[in-house]
Amino acid sequence: MDINLPALFGQLLIGLINGSFYALLSLGLAVIFGMLNIINFAHGAQYMMGAFVAYFLLQFAGLNYWWALIVAPVIVGGFGILIERAFLQWLYKLDHLYGLLLTFGLALVIQGLFRHQYGSSGLPYQIPPQLTGVRDLGFTFLPNYRAWVVVFSLVVCLGTWFIIEKTRLGAYLRAATENPTLVRAFGINVPRMITLTYGFGVALAALAGVMAAPIYAVNPTMGADIIIVVFAVVVIGGMGSIMGAIVTGFGLGVVEGLTKYFFPEASNTVIFVIMVIVLVTRPAGLFGRAA
Amino acid sequence: MLDRASGPLLEIKDLHAWYGESHILHGATFNVQAGEVVTLLGRNGAGKTTTMKSVMGIVGKRTGSVKFEGRELINLASDTIARAGIAFCPEERGIFASLDVEENLMLPPQVRPGGLSREQIFELFPNLRERLKSQGTKLSGGEQQMLAIGRILRTGARLLLLDEPTEGLAPVIIQQIGNTIRKLKEQGFTILLVEQNFRFASTVADRYYIMEHGKIVEQFANSELNKKLETLHEYLGV
Repeated sequence: MDINLPALFGQLLIGLINGSFYALLSLGLAVIFGMLNIINFAHGAQYMMGAFVAYFLLQFAGLNYWWALIVAPVIVGGFGILIERAFLQWLYKLDHLYGLLLTFGLALVIQGLFRHQYGSSGLPYQIPPQLTGVRDLGFTFLPNYRAWVVVFSLVVCLGTWFIIEKTRLGAYLRAATENPTLVRAFGINVPRMITLTYGFGVALAALAGVMAAPIYAVNPTMGADIIIVVFAVVVIGGMGSIMGAIVTGFGLGVVEGLTKYFFPEASNTVIFVIMVIVLVTRPAGLFGRAA
Repeated sequence: MLDRASGPLLEIKDLHAWYGESHILHGATFNVQAGEVVTLLGRNGAGKTTTMKSVMGIVGKRTGSVKFEGRELINLASDTIARAGIAFCPEERGIFASLDVEENLMLPPQVRPGGLSREQIFELFPNLRERLKSQGTKLSGGEQQMLAIGRILRTGARLLLLDEPTEGLAPVIIQQIGNTIRKLKEQGFTILLVEQNFRFASTVADRYYIMEHGKIVEQFANSELNKKLETLHEYLGV
């Protein structure tokens, strides 16, 4: 079989881009699940909200992409904190299913509201002028914005990993995941930490949404489209492992890209096939700890 | 020691506690003076651990009065209680598997000035220094107990609640923990101890309370110990 290098690298690059979003989103889900025991089905809707807030900031406040990278996660993360205080905090002692159902319902409501207001055709969001253009790598062309997305999400993912695995704050989070009662009895305000963790996880989704806005149009269903794949990524990586979420996210993006080149018919299903294989052979996921 | 003008450091009155529907404490009343080592004795299920957890605020429902330095704690959340200056070492030790030894040691935040320094903790428990980068739960049982006690000495809390610190440990380690408790007492810590191991308790305690069915049924000082052996037999079956 002849290998068309530019086409192969093109698909690899698309895979890396998708992988960046898979990694950011599954990282947020892993962080939230670790602390709250909530399977946050609203994650896709919150990602979509990040893109919409970026759009609103540009349209109504004149704040550009770079501002949106900071402001949109703060706004959507704040919205997440309200959700946690109003709804989620009552569910921690119940089965996972309740959190899943609640956040699933929230996702439908949020998505429905946006679709009612903005239709489903999508709104354009321009690539910031600093990142337009392409780079000629000799064997392929690399759009600057896409390179930025890959590098920046890698930085955000590794930064999050560092905070959780290597800092004192991260030690509180890990300890509270294991035994919240005892951590609280040491004098740490665990409920506030849980609230902020949810806000942070949601902010990560919103950040991904801002980064996605110039690539995919700003669209009420953009979250619903990606979240199913992201859940498969989380299942493959294993719930609760931070590095697992990152590696699996990028890795599966690349696998998907390669499949698009070698066997395009399977590109939409390859992740789910891998999920089935992992569930059969390693039910806790590649990086998960067996329950 | 019993007649301090300033009043007891910890004063518990008519303490009731529930786990869900089951009523565990039925009006426990006792106190601990500053600088004392006081031991709660009693059979399994008498309510000793629940008493500690009620002081610490980690029992679902509790009523009555728990005063620490004159401040009422009964309705406060456990993080506020800890910040008042009380530290708890649970029976199951509570070493975190996802943290290494150093992270476990440094986890409890300082609630007051005057806690032990890392060096002072390593003087008490030299083993810990050698194992700082090991996963917390990879330590031996004795080392985990040292870690569980060591980490609450950093915080500046003056009242330590130690729940069965000798459970399941080898005699030589029990001895080391006894020495540690005596050193802590010399340094001015106040300790409330729950013990099944009466022999061990008798080497460190100033006073004893015996619990049965969620109440205090007997109290005596260490000096009265020999007179009380028969009573102890009756209540503890030792």
